[in-house]
Amino acid sequence: MKADPSGVLTGAHYLDGDFACGEGAMAAGCRFVAGYPITPSTEVVERISRRFPMMGGVFIQMEDELASMAAIIGASWTGTKSMTVTSGPGFSLMMENIGLAAMMETPCVVVNVQRGGPSTGLPTMVGQADMMQARWGSHGDYEIIALCPQSPQEAFNLTIDAFNLAEQYRVPVMFMMDECVGHMTERVVIPPAGELECVPRRLTAKKPGEYLPYAFDGGLIPEFARAGDGYRFHTTGLTHDQRGYPVMSVECQQENVQRILDKIRLNVDKIVRFDEEQTDKADVVVVTYGITARVARAAIDLARKEGVKVGFLRLIVAWPFPEKRIQELAKKVKAFVVPEINRGQMLLEVERASAGQAPAIGVPHLGGGVHDPHDIAQAIVEAAK
Amino acid sequence: MSHEREIIDQAEMRSDVHPVISVTPDHEVLVENHPLAEYLRMDRMPHIWCPTCGIGIAAKCFAEALYELKVDCTKVAVVSGIGCTGRVAGYMKLDAFHSTHGRPIPFATGLKLCRPELMVAVFSGDGDLVGIGGNHFIHAARRNIDLMVVLVNNFIYGMTGGQNAPTTPLTARTSTMPFGNYERPFNIPHLAASCGATYVARWTTLHVRRLTRSFKEAIQRKGFRFIEVIAPCSTLYGRLNKLGTGFDLMKYYRDASEIHNGADTRDVQIDFQGKLICGKFLDEEKPTYIESMHEHYRRVLGERYVPMPDTGGWINGQD
Amino acid sequence: MKYWRKPLDYDQVTVPHGDVHIVVERCKGCEFCAEFCPKGVLEMSPEFNAKGYHYPRAVKSGECVNCNLCEMICPEFAIFSTPLPNGKVGEVVQVDSTGVHEGGEVADEG
Repeated sequence: MKADPSGVLTGAHYLDGDFACGEGAMAAGCRFVAGYPITPSTEVVERISRRFPMMGGVFIQMEDELASMAAIIGASWTGTKSMTVTSGPGFSLMMENIGLAAMMETPCVVVNVQRGGPSTGLPTMVGQADMMQARWGSHGDYEIIALCPQSPQEAFNLTIDAFNLAEQYRVPVMFMMDECVGHMTERVVIPPAGELECVPRRLTAKKPGEYLPYAFDGGLIPEFARAGDGYRFHTTGLTHDQRGYPVMSVECQQENVQRILDKIRLNVDKIVRFDEEQTDKADVVVVTYGITARVARAAIDLARKEGVKVGFLRLIVAWPFPEKRIQELAKKVKAFVVPEINRGQMLLEVERASAGQAPAIGVPHLGGGVHDPHDIAQAIVEAAK
Repeated sequence: MSHEREIIDQAEMRSDVHPVISVTPDHEVLVENHPLAEYLRMDRMPHIWCPTCGIGIAAKCFAEALYELKVDCTKVAVVSGIGCTGRVAGYMKLDAFHSTHGRPIPFATGLKLCRPELMVAVFSGDGDLVGIGGNHFIHAARRNIDLMVVLVNNFIYGMTGGQNAPTTPLTARTSTMPFGNYERPFNIPHLAASCGATYVARWTTLHVRRLTRSFKEAIQRKGFRFIEVIAPCSTLYGRLNKLGTGFDLMKYYRDASEIHNGADTRDVQIDFQGKLICGKFLDEEKPTYIESMHEHYRRVLGERYVPMPDTGGWINGQD
Repeated sequence: MKYWRKPLDYDQVTVPHGDVHIVVERCKGCEFCAEFCPKGVLEMSPEFNAKGYHYPRAVKSGECVNCNLCEMICPEFAIFSTPLPNGKVGEVVQVDSTGVHEGGEVADEG
């Protein structure tokens, strides 16, 4: 369906990444946001709290991040698209309820504007060290989708994609921005509402009595029913059967958990997205994401001047990881270079996917600033040898 | 013939017992004629609660209140946390959510704010609501969010095996205070009232009629309504403190409870096997969170304000 | 029901009567209904159900006034009472200084 025009601020704007993300959420049809202030993400909700009363949205600043996450799950069960916004320390607090969203199969978006960590770390300075946490942060086996924008324009576009993916796969989507993109101000063009595609909540057509909350067909994704529409369903974070009733058995665990994993794993090809440039004949491929992607471009130019054949692969969807593409490239390239503002997190994924066929060389930066392009360029040149 | 069928046949032949049981082709025993079957998930009976546990009574009084008020049950949602009382959501035939430990109140807040026409009830235990969920409890009361919060207080963490709870009275034995509790417990009605709840009542599971009446009153009110239900826990609290079964605890409630409607909540603290002051302590009308929000925005933004529709923030699929 | 003085509206008041239904297999033997029934209609049976619990049985079935207390206080949803259509008006007795004397009409509403 097309975007609801009440949320779309059509035009060319000069916005920072946080504001652009908020605009993206409103354009996507999000009408409930619960959040807790944390630098550098607060501007997202500040923007939303300003515009929501004009479009039938509700923003509530909850007492902590745990409440925020729980509130957006509850809100989502009324059929409302919901979102919360946080950074590293708040992300850690939200983990249990992210697991609940994954288990109850509740569509929602969690924005993490990453900052220097661990712990309180560098509140006002950039980091990208929550990438693994986005995938593995909560306990148990579950799958999520994570996206990484590299600019305020992408912060707008990808937030809409995040909501669409959440609705399509009934999964919490982690929107992994970083402080640099969040606080960088650039031109953001917002098209008219008619040009934006939004995936609506897939409501069941069955009648109450026939509907089972977790019945599924080949697509593995159950149909949704809104609380208050008369279905009187039950849902739980406990391992449950198709009726939503908890069943403590090995068979039920197998069926329940395998399906919530499979609905992402079997659809990986449809979900992964990345930008590729000149990877066909490359000796070295730089794999990167977020703000580091923009720094890496400068580094790649420097390396190409020195004659190195460098390819560029930017992760747009970081989780699920594009293993297949990395596997293919690993057969052809001499090495991967993975610059990121952490001690090596997506590097581990590249290494794993490459399976020893090509070394993966990290260019870590512990946070607080972006890389010096020369450092990355040097790593690329060395890798080519 | 199945063993169950034999028993039922024999029972039906006796004149002093009138079982009303139907047996499905799968030999599942269903109660179809129970007056409250409409409100309870009879396909999940028998429930998991122990013999002489009082949680079933609290759930039943709620169902009875819904029945007597003829509430439209498609517009009621119930949210539970984790624990023995947390299982209540699983047995009520309403839109029921079994959320994480301590978080039913914010979960319910999200539900209520995004579909204001729903009547949202939170049913959870003492550890869940004022232990791990304490922060959410006080803020929801402060905001006067339109929720009916039912706290079933058995003075212990039952599901996990009998640990100390924020409500365990002084000197009571629990599994983590094996020599007796030296930690001061909460006076929950006082907590609720001082944080801003607009309806505060406490009853025991013995006071079934008054509890049902309290539920009926609370359902018809707005704002943060709080009802504490003191319930027996025989398997943990009763056994660890050598108080007998829930049956003995119910007799203690009969002997020790005093009804003081309108009492000052500062005076209703519970000592170990001491007086249980029950009653409706507070009943007032204050603007709820949603009412305050609408009123404020209408005043400040005038025509520009677009409130969240009562039927929810779901945007219809449209092309 | 025994009265020591005949009430003025004696002819109009009907004591309701009820029938107790017990779901034997669901009972967990807590004894709440037997203990708290205001008319003492129930007592725990010496029989066991399939799970090994003693369940209640109605020993004074005619006394049940359909107050529903057993239904409300049972945690297992295992007992309920339903009204019997024909109410029976209670007996009238006289009390004077020499004690209680049984007697008086018993009117059956039929």
